[in-house]
Amino acid sequence: MSQPEDPTLAIMRSALGRVRGLGPARSGVKHWWGQRVTALALVPLGLWFVYSVLSMEGEGRLRMAHWVAAPVDTVLLLALLLAAFHHMQLGLQVVIEDYVHGEGARTLAQLAMRALTVLLALTAIVSVLKLAFTF
Amino acid sequence: MKDMREALMVGRNSEGRLVRRPLSPHLQIYRPQITTMLSVVHRATGIGLAGGTLLLVWWLAAAATSDAAFATVQAVIGSIPGLVLLFLWTLALFFHLCNGARHLLWDVGLGFEKGQYRSSGQAVIIVAGGLTVFAWVVGLLMG
Repeated sequence: MSQPEDPTLAIMRSALGRVRGLGPARSGVKHWWGQRVTALALVPLGLWFVYSVLSMEGEGRLRMAHWVAAPVDTVLLLALLLAAFHHMQLGLQVVIEDYVHGEGARTLAQLAMRALTVLLALTAIVSVLKLAFTF
Repeated sequence: MKDMREALMVGRNSEGRLVRRPLSPHLQIYRPQITTMLSVVHRATGIGLAGGTLLLVWWLAAAATSDAAFATVQAVIGSIPGLVLLFLWTLALFFHLCNGARHLLWDVGLGFEKGQYRSSGQAVIIVAGGLTVFAWVVGLLMG
């Protein structure tokens, strides 16, 4: 960080503004809670996913498609995808805030990350729905 | 606009002049400890898992596309580099899951004693490694 010749004590943001969550990311507690709630959901959903994939190891597309298409599995898979991509977006947002400096570059990185996350999530969700309604 | 933290970075030296306080040293200065190392690994595995979603989405999209597309993904995953990647993904998943549970316990105020956060860190390594090996043994036996 650069060392200014004559540092000043000017503060133009009030303590109330900080408490209301108007930090550098323009949001506050919502992010914190979102990350915790999705984390909590992902513990059972993640374990269920590994168990499900293991129990159909080595079998073909039809077996996989029938697993996805069973209503309970469709719902759990969609819940996993929504929670995982939301959690991922919240996490990557913090990583970008920490490591990408400069307002312009940081905003671009955040937008690109969000766009990519949304596209990946939509692709996954549409694929699951297509499998669910086809098989 | 000056941030509150920026303002707190300012102090007076022995001559009474306003100066910018020095920053505290960063990671490389400190002796590696289990707490800091696991924190770094938690973030690294998080980023890795984000990359891993590409494989998951490809797998789902291929299954929704055709037999040929699905066979291609399965062949890539079944190759040696694919299996190595899948193993690392499993390890990252279980680590992030276990250490994430540790974070959630901290969030409700549990496990903050010096001995506790060290032993919970060691437990995370053992459980994550154990679950990974267990999943692969089961997977290979059934596959």
